[in-house]
Amino acid sequence: MALAKRIIPCLDVKNGQTVKGTNFVNLRQAGDPVELGKAYSEQGADELVYLDITASHEGRKTFTDMVGRVAAEISIPFTVGGGINELADVERLLNAGADKVSINSAALRNPNLINEITNHFGSQVCVVAIDAKETEEGWYCFLNGGRIKTERTLFDWAKEVCDRGAGEILFTSMDHDGVKNGYANQALARLSEELTIPVIASGGAGRKEHFCDTFVEGKSDAALAASVFHFGEISIPELKFWLKNEGINVRI
Amino acid sequence: MEVAIVKYNAGNICSVINALKRLGIEPILTDEPDVLRRADRVLFPGQGEAGSTMTYLREHQLDRLIKDLKQPVLGICIGQQLMCRHSEESDTDCLGIFDVDVVKFRPHKHEDKVPHMGWNTLNNLKGDLFKGLQENDFVYFVHSFYVPVNPHTVATTDYILPFSAALQRDNFYATQFHPEKSGSIGEKIIKNFLDLTV
Repeated sequence: MALAKRIIPCLDVKNGQTVKGTNFVNLRQAGDPVELGKAYSEQGADELVYLDITASHEGRKTFTDMVGRVAAEISIPFTVGGGINELADVERLLNAGADKVSINSAALRNPNLINEITNHFGSQVCVVAIDAKETEEGWYCFLNGGRIKTERTLFDWAKEVCDRGAGEILFTSMDHDGVKNGYANQALARLSEELTIPVIASGGAGRKEHFCDTFVEGKSDAALAASVFHFGEISIPELKFWLKNEGINVRI
Repeated sequence: MEVAIVKYNAGNICSVINALKRLGIEPILTDEPDVLRRADRVLFPGQGEAGSTMTYLREHQLDRLIKDLKQPVLGICIGQQLMCRHSEESDTDCLGIFDVDVVKFRPHKHEDKVPHMGWNTLNNLKGDLFKGLQENDFVYFVHSFYVPVNPHTVATTDYILPFSAALQRDNFYATQFHPEKSGSIGEKIIKNFLDLTV
């Protein structure tokens, strides 16, 4: 056996509640991020990602409290992201019990933040999320949830992120995200070949086959998805059994 | 049951505290020699770097204390590595409870990414720590250094090469993986440790 490919549900959280609705499992409180995470964990999710999409200061406090509750109740690793701008944010979230933090725009604005996080807390703690879009001149990175284009190209930035000590890269193709037509496997395979750290595929999951494709063609180490899980279009146990039959090493 | 966790300068102790609380145990996080000696079980968990953690243990006279403990002791991750003889990380002399040296993973091919991070399987399970588990059960790992297979090995995992996923000698138990982050399988292992007959 070898290291398993990971399946990671992503939960968007606003003011302490999950945003994307769910008609999935029989939760007492469908909007409770802790209950939803627990359900995913019991179904065989390998990790969880919680993204804070709250803009306000009070929202941050609510999110940190939620991280504490997740840590108390859930026994698999989880990553938190959203609104992390400085080392103090990282420290606050790790102290609350998060296993890893994911940084995105803050890393593009201040790349040294990656070094600071890894020097203080270790590489394994630091996930760098990259939102990128393919243009006629190649792949470019975007800031602020895809609203602002930067001059950085995907592959150069990913290499720099890796050299600065990040533990993992979470790559979202903006063209594939939400379309449910599969992950950006060509770009993912190139990232995986060029980098020495794990790559998490994000954006594009619509069918079971897309997960298999990203592990095989995209050479991804993990696949993240949100709506297909939240809306019950794909159930994690079913997905994992299917992947296992396809010859993918997954944890069952 | 009184369960003590060794307080030192390693990170990520709170997930172990949470895991014990889920089993109805309120652990004591302490570096008080008397409390550690008196506890029914001692856990020595954490993530960290061998050199600085070992220096801290020596400065606080916790090195001798841990070695002399008589109750079941469970080292986790860096805890396991510190219980060995020597670590290649910062060329560090460790506690010497297990007569084996810790070495760094050397990738054979590009896919061998270091750190070894994620879920991998347990094999060649031996002893009460793994009661009720099956070969190929998955647990969660995050590490760049490993303990080679040796006479103290009670479970192996294969990544780049087969290495020690767990060790045991007398009352000393240790896991390279994180039982506190390994779902229901990990919970079973922690419960087995608490249920050991002394």
